[in-house]
Amino acid sequence: MSDSYDQISQQLKGRHRKSTRLKYISMSALALAAAFLLIFFADMLSKGLPAFQQAMINIEINYTEDASTNGRAAVDRDFSTLISRSVVRVIPLQMRNDPSLLGTTQNRWVLADGSVDQYLKGNRVRLDDEEMARIDRLVEEGKVEMQFNSGFFSRGDSKMPELAGILSAVVGTVMTMIVTLAIAFPIGVMTAVYLEEFAPDNRLTQLVEININNLAAIPSILFGLLGLAIFINFFGVPRSSPLVGGMTLALMTLPVIIISTRTALRSVPESIRHAAFGVGCSRWQVVKDHVLPLAMPGIMTGSIIGLAQAMGETAPLIIVGMVAFIPDVTASFTEAATVMPAQVFTWAGEPDRAFVEKTAGGIIVLLAVLISLNAAAVLLRKKFERRW
Amino acid sequence: MNSQVPEMSEQQSPAVGQPYTRNDQACHDLSIRVRDLNLWYGKAQALNGLNIDLFQKNVTALIGPSGCGKSTFLRCLNRMNDLIPTVRIEGLVEMDGRDVNAPKMDEVALRRRVGMVFQKPNPFPKSIFENVAYAPRMHDIVSRKAEQEELVEKALRDAGLWNEVKDKLHEPGTSLSGGQQQRLCIARAIAVQPDVILMDEPTSALDPISTATIEDLMDKLKEKFTIITVTHNMQQAARVADYTAFFHLGEIIEYNDTKVMFSTPAQKKTEDYISGRYG
Amino acid sequence: MQTNQLFLIFCSVLLLLGLAAFFVGRSKATRVRASGTSMHAQPDQYAWFAVVATAGPAILVSALGAFVMLLIGSEIPTFSLLLASLAVAVVGLALGIKFIRSNFHARRAIETVILWVLAGAATISILTTLGILISIVGEALNFFQMYSFWEFITGTTWAPGNSFLMAAGRGEGASGGAEFGSVPLFAGTFMITAIAMCVAVPVGLLSAIYMAEFAPSRVRSFAKPMLEILAGIPTVVYGFFAAITVAPFIVQVTGAIGLDASFNNALAPGIVMGIMIIPFISSLSDDVINAVPDSMRQGSLALGMTKGETIRDVVVPAALPGIISASLLGMSRALGETMIVVMAAGMRPNLTINPLEEMTTVTVRIVAAMTGDLEFDSAETLSAFALGLVLFVVTLVLNLVSVIMIRRFRDKYRVNNL
Repeated sequence: MSDSYDQISQQLKGRHRKSTRLKYISMSALALAAAFLLIFFADMLSKGLPAFQQAMINIEINYTEDASTNGRAAVDRDFSTLISRSVVRVIPLQMRNDPSLLGTTQNRWVLADGSVDQYLKGNRVRLDDEEMARIDRLVEEGKVEMQFNSGFFSRGDSKMPELAGILSAVVGTVMTMIVTLAIAFPIGVMTAVYLEEFAPDNRLTQLVEININNLAAIPSILFGLLGLAIFINFFGVPRSSPLVGGMTLALMTLPVIIISTRTALRSVPESIRHAAFGVGCSRWQVVKDHVLPLAMPGIMTGSIIGLAQAMGETAPLIIVGMVAFIPDVTASFTEAATVMPAQVFTWAGEPDRAFVEKTAGGIIVLLAVLISLNAAAVLLRKKFERRW
Repeated sequence: MNSQVPEMSEQQSPAVGQPYTRNDQACHDLSIRVRDLNLWYGKAQALNGLNIDLFQKNVTALIGPSGCGKSTFLRCLNRMNDLIPTVRIEGLVEMDGRDVNAPKMDEVALRRRVGMVFQKPNPFPKSIFENVAYAPRMHDIVSRKAEQEELVEKALRDAGLWNEVKDKLHEPGTSLSGGQQQRLCIARAIAVQPDVILMDEPTSALDPISTATIEDLMDKLKEKFTIITVTHNMQQAARVADYTAFFHLGEIIEYNDTKVMFSTPAQKKTEDYISGRYG
Repeated sequence: MQTNQLFLIFCSVLLLLGLAAFFVGRSKATRVRASGTSMHAQPDQYAWFAVVATAGPAILVSALGAFVMLLIGSEIPTFSLLLASLAVAVVGLALGIKFIRSNFHARRAIETVILWVLAGAATISILTTLGILISIVGEALNFFQMYSFWEFITGTTWAPGNSFLMAAGRGEGASGGAEFGSVPLFAGTFMITAIAMCVAVPVGLLSAIYMAEFAPSRVRSFAKPMLEILAGIPTVVYGFFAAITVAPFIVQVTGAIGLDASFNNALAPGIVMGIMIIPFISSLSDDVINAVPDSMRQGSLALGMTKGETIRDVVVPAALPGIISASLLGMSRALGETMIVVMAAGMRPNLTINPLEEMTTVTVRIVAAMTGDLEFDSAETLSAFALGLVLFVVTLVLNLVSVIMIRRFRDKYRVNNL
């Protein structure tokens, strides 16, 4: 009999090898997924971080008589191609607002042109040798330097890459999300409360349940078609506005909130309900005073995750026209606006090479917001997690 | 881990009589020898210095109140306790002169020699045929289709299931009733042609009729296999077992011929348990 | 804005009426109670009842009025509508106060209203599905009046270029030059989806197997959130990554081995879409594999099977319904994915099986039709709805099959968290 052990062990060698192979193959699959993530972040950071730096040039501005009508006259001809066109464009306006400027000369740090910025960041640009030499010289003299690009956060979109900022998209996102939450949160929680605590278990309820699961998996672009056909064409909600975008995204976020709220409600043990019924509470009082407060952390977590999803959504917003060129910050829920992912999409479509880093920069901001939202959700869950 | 075994003599056995070696059973060959077996779940000790000899081609029943360590002990015999990360084992479990817990011992090879039937029937999500044929095929016991069919029929006949399932071999194993499923699991185990079959309360999830069928089956199977069964049902132990070991709080209190043990228990605790005073 | 101001005034008047209802109601209830009569409910509950009686009907009337106005298209002056609503509010207030009597079940009345409101909220999700269906089907039908359904389904040329002629009534049917044969679009969609699935299913499933069967808990607690991050990246970001990093990389690699790839090749969006879907498949598969009862594994191990054999022959087959369900869900997501293909795939419909060539998808054409400067009722714009309809039906079927399979699995192993 002893021999058979050795025989068995011999036969098992190959099988053990296969088993070990499965372990390493599956491990490498996970490693591959991790590598994807790593490459992705490295790529985005390397492309996007330069967007937070911006070349500035120290030039002499002569507020002459000519300059009050033609800004170009205020700067040295050699510099005029190196500085942003926006600088010369505002000089006449400055002079009109402040007449005392006339006749003075000031040394100021101004925005460099996008091409100079790109040249200094080591990218290929369409500058002639003479211009490049001039820039190099200016760098040596300390008259050109890279500074933190605060304008990226304080300006709206622009066709000039050195001027383009993400502020209008951030404001648009905030407004759109306000609309989305204002609609999706109450309706989602009410739906979940109804299904979980009140609804009879009949065909209709099951239909609603399957329908919600299905809604969660419907392609987002179809929600855009709904928004266009129903909200814009039928109800006459203004196109491109945070209102219509928020309403459309609200319908998409609804299933996420409903499903997570139901899970949260379900995790509240029956004994709490029985105890409350036992002291004479009505069903609504049980839900309002006992079940909902206990389920609230779970509901909040789910809502934050739903919000983060909605915040990254672009496709339906394209359909309802929210991918627009918005240079100024939107002040109203019914005016045209853009959101962060839509801004990323717009920039990605710009032919100018300088917009690639703007796009990646926008992506970094967007991802930072989304990751902090998700981290907040995780922390919330950890903090209030209760084991019944 | 203790691998210096041969010197172990009966003097080192615990003080509860001469419970584990049976001189009058010299006609039976030794199957498994256990010496000073200790087992811990994390910090809690579950088995406390067990010594026992288990004999070939017999049914040995392990009885005792729940939590006494009888299932844990059973799972030591085919190293199923390896699956629990916190478990620590010391002592000797010897089969055919080999230390089961030795680092060189391949637990997969061991399990081929020591089959197991679980408390709840757990057929694979495959057809009845595949449930039985799967393991022998993987072990290269059979390869050709005809061999497989022959083996499946033999195993199912030995498990007393053949007549009930011969017309639906390709239906899923889960379509059978609970008792049939358990016999399918027994057929699955014997198809691998092990030396020992461990049964962990094999009838506790079954109705009385299925239980009786399985008890009859154990009686037949002991002609070919060494059977070690855990049961919490003393009548069952009395009915099917040649030997019975009484476990209490991780120790073997008494181990004897079943008839002797149930008629004249040597230990007070055994008597109390058998007469139903606790457990 | 005139209407905005009107609306604001309406809201504030309604708010005032509601407040009035609350306080009047409460003081009346308190008075009745103080007089020694025992009442069925608390004063606050009576007060809330009065508020509901005031505001509820008024809001209902104004909403209904607005809806009817939109539906029949005729103009009821906003002013008179809001005025009528306020009148209803006042009547409601009076009635609500009158109802505050000792034998009136205010709490029960409020709770009935609440129940109806909750049930009403639950119907919104149904209305959303209906809304999608109606908006898509309605416009799709308009499209099929201009263009034959059969040619749409079987045609192999998608050339909407001249559709403005048709919209202007100058073109007759397909003779106007525009053709809407959707086969190349669906071919492109399925090609990119297939590439995505080839990436996502093996990587996702194997990752799930590793996490559920092999990984020490420390790796697991790190790997799960990592995959969640992959799922949380917006699709527009993936699209940028595909277009700006992956596609040029593929062109370089294929160029190095002598193949000619388009910068809009199908491989780049396919691979990136696959990466996007990995977490969907791995997360659900992981749950499903964990739900396979341990007794199944022990049964196999006790027969002398290795761990690998147990996983391959017992655990994965047992979890198969859930794994298929996860893959179907992933596939439905790939079919409907828009941003990645809009940014990285081509615009030109192309019927080919070479993944290195440019090809376009259904969602790309929907976006193209919707962002052009076309009239809403032009054939090209409407064709987007026809495409959307097909997309809706296909994903609906996939989702339903997936939901049904996961339910079967859940019932079989009695697990609750799936």
